[in-house]
Amino acid sequence: MTFLLELVVSVLIVLGALFALVGSIGMVKLPELLTRLHAPTKATTLGVGGALAASMVFFAGLEGELSIHELLITTFLFLTAPISAHFIAKAHLHEHPELRDGLPPTGRPQGWSTFESLPAADADDEGDGDDARAAHH
Amino acid sequence: MIEYALNFGFCALSLAVLLNLWRLVRGPALMDRVLAVDTMVINIIALIILFGIQQRTTIFFEAALLFAMFGFIATVAYCRFVLRGDVIE
Repeated sequence: MTFLLELVVSVLIVLGALFALVGSIGMVKLPELLTRLHAPTKATTLGVGGALAASMVFFAGLEGELSIHELLITTFLFLTAPISAHFIAKAHLHEHPELRDGLPPTGRPQGWSTFESLPAADADDEGDGDDARAAHH
Repeated sequence: MIEYALNFGFCALSLAVLLNLWRLVRGPALMDRVLAVDTMVINIIALIILFGIQQRTTIFFEAALLFAMFGFIATVAYCRFVLRGDVIE
C-alpha cells in the first residue's frame, strides 16, 4: 500500500514537472505572442496541478495529515489562468492595432467586444471605440 | 522513489524557470515579458510545493498561496495599466 502511494506521488510529480517544462519550452519556441499565450496558460497550469495533487496524496496518504490548502491553490490557479491570459491578449491587441485587420467578421452590426464600446452606445456612431481609444492615447 | 521523482521535478522546473527568464529578457513585445513573469510565478509555485514535499512540512502552502495571489494581481494590474493608463479608475 505504501509502495502504491509512493508510486502515485512519484508519477504525479514527474508528470507535473514535464507539463510545466513543456509549457515553458512552448513559450520559448512558438513564433509570436498570441500563439505563445497558448502554451503556458494550459500546460503550466496542468503542471502545477500535478504537483499539487502529488502533495495532497503525499500528506494525506503517507504523512497522515489531510490538508485542503492544495485544493485552494489549485482552484485559484485554474480560475485565474484564463483571466490573466484574456487580459494579456487584450492588452497585446490594444498595443498592436495592425493585428485587428486579420480578424474575421463578427456577423453582427457591432465589432469584436474587445475593440468596440457597448452596443447601445455604438448604435448612433459606428467605429466610436477606435476613435475614443486613439484620443485616449 | 519519491526522492528520484523530486530530483527530476526540481531539475525540470528549474529549467522551465530558466526558459521563462530567457523569454523575459528577449521580449520582444511588452506583453511577452508580462506573460513570462506570469508563467515564472506558476513554475515557482510548483517548486515551492515540491520543496514542501521534500522537507515533509505543510508550512510552505501559505507561501505558495500568497505567490499565486500576488502573481495574478500583478499580471492583471499591469494589463489594466497598459489598457487604461491607470490601475484603479
